[in-house]
Amino acid sequence: MSERAAAPQGLWSEAARRLRSNQQVVAALAILAAVTLLAVVAPLLTPWSYDSLDWQHLAQPPALTAGHWFGTDRLGRDLFVRTLAGVRLSLLISMLASVVSLMIGVLWGAVAGFAGGRTDGWMMRFVDVLYSLPYLFVVIILTSLFPRDNIVVLLLALGAVGWLTTARIVRAQTLALKRREFIEAARAGGVAPRDILLRHVLPNVLGPVAVYATLIIPQMILSESFLSFLGVGVQEPRASLGNLIYVGAQEMESAPWMLLLPAAFLVALLLALNLLGDGLRDALDPRER
Amino acid sequence: MLSYALRRLAGIVPTLLVIVTVSFAIIRLAPGGPFDQEQSLSAPVRANLERLYGFDQPLPVQYLRYLGALMRGDFGPSLRQRDFTVSELIGQGLPLSATLGVCAIALALVIGIPAGILAAVWRSPRADLSLALFTALGIALPSFVVGPLLALVFGVWLRWLPVAGWEHGAPRYLVLPLLTLALPVAAYLARLMRGSLLEVLRAPFVRAARARGLGAARVLLRHALRPALLPVVSYLGPAIAFIVTGSLVVEAVFALPGTGRFLVQGAIDRDYPLVMGMVVVYGTLTLVLNLLADLAYGWLDPGARHE
Repeated sequence: MSERAAAPQGLWSEAARRLRSNQQVVAALAILAAVTLLAVVAPLLTPWSYDSLDWQHLAQPPALTAGHWFGTDRLGRDLFVRTLAGVRLSLLISMLASVVSLMIGVLWGAVAGFAGGRTDGWMMRFVDVLYSLPYLFVVIILTSLFPRDNIVVLLLALGAVGWLTTARIVRAQTLALKRREFIEAARAGGVAPRDILLRHVLPNVLGPVAVYATLIIPQMILSESFLSFLGVGVQEPRASLGNLIYVGAQEMESAPWMLLLPAAFLVALLLALNLLGDGLRDALDPRER
Repeated sequence: MLSYALRRLAGIVPTLLVIVTVSFAIIRLAPGGPFDQEQSLSAPVRANLERLYGFDQPLPVQYLRYLGALMRGDFGPSLRQRDFTVSELIGQGLPLSATLGVCAIALALVIGIPAGILAAVWRSPRADLSLALFTALGIALPSFVVGPLLALVFGVWLRWLPVAGWEHGAPRYLVLPLLTLALPVAAYLARLMRGSLLEVLRAPFVRAARARGLGAARVLLRHALRPALLPVVSYLGPAIAFIVTGSLVVEAVFALPGTGRFLVQGAIDRDYPLVMGMVVVYGTLTLVLNLLADLAYGWLDPGARHE
């Protein structure tokens, strides 16, 4: 028992040490913490909400004195509040969509790898087929067909097509685990296949999945903003970084701040999350460079 | 090699059939229909319209009819743009979209691979840092941010290039769209190329070549480059998918009359034949391009052909 407890602890404390000494990761965490904190407290800092109109200040440039720190859009809505509401929504959707896609991917990969044989062949062939498609096509079709402004549909559509890589990782991991002695012992001891899968295989594939999860979140943010940019994701008056950037691109000749501020937040978020993911992978898996 | 290529080409057909079936099911089972927005339609008129387009038949019959028409290369009429067939609509936009995509991939290769080789050969800390920064930004800056930013800087502020538009293919209208599509891919290719070339340069056979007294250029070009290109070529598949989806954004940002707009607008309008046509055309294109990337991989690495 004590031996089993010691090994993972060693891994995690070693990983934590490596993480702290990685300046990239520390910087990424600092940016993420700052942006998230700002997104959470933003509504408390200003009197406006994401859809309140200020008729006295239409399309105002950013100014510290006017009270609209990031300026306003054509309808007089405060861009500071809207940008951070967009950050909040993007983070929420991307995290939930990541959870959905991880669950599908882990189950699909574990079942395929564990079942083996023809089942495995067909299940992974299906993954290959989906892989060869530009998957955002499928999401665009899904989200534009169902009633608009339905965040649940957006979530499911993103989650339903982002699980392919997870399924591949988990299947490979399961195939390797299947040949290990403790699984054989469980099978010899008469444990039902379903219980072996749930109790012995799944807990052991979660390590690599956790690392991959940190790289899924920025992908989901990217996909969500992409869909909102094309007009099939989050709909007005709700703000997402994608639809803010779309409006900003329309107005950039007269009001460049409407493009630059949401774009800066999106880029900072994606950059920080990607750096964090890379750092985590390096820290947890010393074999990868 | 030829039989391998033919076998892979035949493998595209079942994949395409799955794609067509799944998209047909998704599109037709979703709520709403092509004649919903026209409030004034009386019941008999609507029934006549549905009979005209064959929507009164059971879905499996419609599916088989669609497949039959597809075999003859007939994508059907557009339900919204009444005077056009889907083939005419897609045919108008495809030359532009295809030119854009092919040029973007070529540009990404021409920028990315030499940049990666230079970074691996020079090994200066400053070059490494700037490449790392370039690739980090290339990955974190999506096309819908790069596009408007390039248009803002070079179109609005510096006034060097047009902000948007097309003008029947005047090259200066294509510079910004191409850069938008190619830069992120070039960044990623450069990083891959640098990493794999550094690894290959440490391999024993490269040291052996140096020990035989071959010059640095000869070692690089004749021995190290070919194996180092493998990871780059295997990234071409995802790169193609990236450029295909990116072209949707780029066509919207720069107001280019390609085919991208038909997908989103067609799906919103429930223009079933138009969406299906887009899925078939883009699905085929992606599969064929992926196949070409795989063939290039097989050409570089003979061991991979027999798997």
